[in-house]
Amino acid sequence: MKYELQPTLPPPANTIGVIGWMRKHLFNGPLNSIATLVLAWLAFTLLTPVIDWAFFSANWAGTTREDCTSGGACWVFVGQRIDQFLYGFYPREETWRLNLSFFLMLALILWLAIPKIPAKGIAAVLTLVVFPVVAFFLLTGGVFGLEAVDTHQWGGLSLTLVLAVVGMVASLPLGVLLALGRRSEMPIVKSLSVVYIEIWRGVPLITVLFMASVMLPLFFPEGMSFDKLLRALIGITLFQTAYMAEVVRGGLQAIPKGQYEAADSLGLGYWQKMIMIILPQALKMMIPGVVNTFIALFKDTSLVLIIGLFDLLAIVQAATNDPKWIGYATEGYVFVALVFWIFCFSMSRYSQYLEKRLQTGHGNRA
Amino acid sequence: MTDAASNTGEQLMIELRDMNKWYGEFHVLKNINLKVKKGERIVICGPSGSGKSTMIRCINRLEEHQRGDILVNGVPLTHDIKNIETIRKDVGMVFQHFNLFPHLTVLENCVLAPIWVKKIPRKEAEATAMKYLERVKIPEQAKKYPGQLSGGQQQRVAIARSLCMNPDVMLFDEPTSALDPEMIKEVLDVMIELAREGMTMLCVTHEMGFAKTVADRVIFMADGQIVEENEPHEFFNNPQHERTKLFLSQIIDH
Ligand SMILES: Nc1ncnc2c1ncn2[C@@H]1O[C@H](COP(=O)(O)OP(=O)(O)O)[C@@H](O)[C@H]1O
Ligand SMILES: [Mg+2]
Repeated sequence: MKYELQPTLPPPANTIGVIGWMRKHLFNGPLNSIATLVLAWLAFTLLTPVIDWAFFSANWAGTTREDCTSGGACWVFVGQRIDQFLYGFYPREETWRLNLSFFLMLALILWLAIPKIPAKGIAAVLTLVVFPVVAFFLLTGGVFGLEAVDTHQWGGLSLTLVLAVVGMVASLPLGVLLALGRRSEMPIVKSLSVVYIEIWRGVPLITVLFMASVMLPLFFPEGMSFDKLLRALIGITLFQTAYMAEVVRGGLQAIPKGQYEAADSLGLGYWQKMIMIILPQALKMMIPGVVNTFIALFKDTSLVLIIGLFDLLAIVQAATNDPKWIGYATEGYVFVALVFWIFCFSMSRYSQYLEKRLQTGHGNRA
Repeated sequence: MTDAASNTGEQLMIELRDMNKWYGEFHVLKNINLKVKKGERIVICGPSGSGKSTMIRCINRLEEHQRGDILVNGVPLTHDIKNIETIRKDVGMVFQHFNLFPHLTVLENCVLAPIWVKKIPRKEAEATAMKYLERVKIPEQAKKYPGQLSGGQQQRVAIARSLCMNPDVMLFDEPTSALDPEMIKEVLDVMIELAREGMTMLCVTHEMGFAKTVADRVIFMADGQIVEENEPHEFFNNPQHERTKLFLSQIIDH
């Protein structure tokens, strides 16, 4: 047989590009074609009024309900109350303190999240140790000439973020300790960790919050008032720690035994081995799991409404009961949902990005 | 009891006396007796599952023995954490699968334990590390991560990492059996050089060429016992036990 070099040809035109993609995915066979058309029609009929309500016939400008005349969404309501939704009852001339804390945190998170920026260790210490202290003094005040702001004035999105961030920053290191405890060879430490994890994982957060607000005060001397926000924070942290511990445990299990043995044979002590060898590798692997736990935690913060804290959801709900704005609850809840969605979706995308990055072997695994 | 050892005039590096170990119900090591003098090179061979790994892993307490004594440099291995720490500082170990730390560079792999366990200043530790990386012939890879190296290079880094602790004894657990054939020689060469320099070595391996070149004694294990030990020439040419003959015929035929 005679051999000759065959020319390389482009693929047939009807298999590539938009048309090719549509043929392959939307119209490959009669059943699939019908399904595509029906779903397209459904999406169209259901979404058009929603989009129209939210955008085209919505009312954007004005100051009172009288300005909402078109029958579409009344975003004037949200616009008029936005300060309250963001800052709660925090004194208006002090809200720069909330903004500053927020942007500090944003900068640190970007530093941690963007792989190209170096010195992650410093960023982690700043985030886990320095930032909480700075933010605490900024928010509560009473020092350095800052006016003291009582926590019952906190509310809105800033309170939601305080709950979420404190929950995250506290539950991660505690979760690591608890996970190490669960894998410990000391029977007492191990059983205590297991009992802790299993108890908290078996209780709904809402019960924990009720107990934190009703039961915690019983353990403290009469007359000693115990900040309501602090109680909620403790409840959320104790609860999330148990979940975090399980995520961390999964990461620890993924580390090959040989890593422990190499560290042992070099004479490293337990904490040296964990901090320098095991945890850095395990944490890398469990970032997606940790982020998922953070997402759940972020959404769960809205439960504090039942113990009378005015997080974003609670404060919007209160505003919808204002006679001046009665009838615009939908706009309020859509706004709340959108804000939660933006935060959670960002975290979720980041976690997906990391999973891809870890899979494609950017790590330096042996 | 240690008097007997010191009476011989030669320093005993490792001594196992009637050492027994069980995994649960399974009696994996039975009455192991072994004396290794300073500077001695010992090769351990035997069929898979005979307990070779378990025996050398008991010597630095990666596994715990239940009966009998293990002394390293005269220090008895007990539950006393102090003794375990002392012994681990003095005993280096090289694993079949290298077990380098993948998140650290080659140099960081080498300086970690000297800095944190021996409290050697970083500069000094790095100088020592470079010296040993040159000895294993890969100083140019110091800034790379283990994942970027070939198996043979990784194993040489693992040897350098152990040497950086300046150990008195080196334990090798089948250091070449996870390597592609063309990389075995580069690792064996490093080990032969180490042996020539007088390092005390206990080496589990089936590289019989290596055993003939450097070993002072070859130990044959089967079913958790030491069946026979001899100097290499006698061991290979004149094995005493049927079990040994069978084993030797199997590995030489291949
Ligand atoms: N962690 C363990 N638990 C239970 N049995 C084990 C464990 N490690 C090894 N064994 C068993 O002990 C025996 C000796 O193992 P090993 O020392 O690894 O043998 P070798 O290195 O000679 O191949 C084998 O039968 C093996 O199955
Ligand atoms: Mg083995």
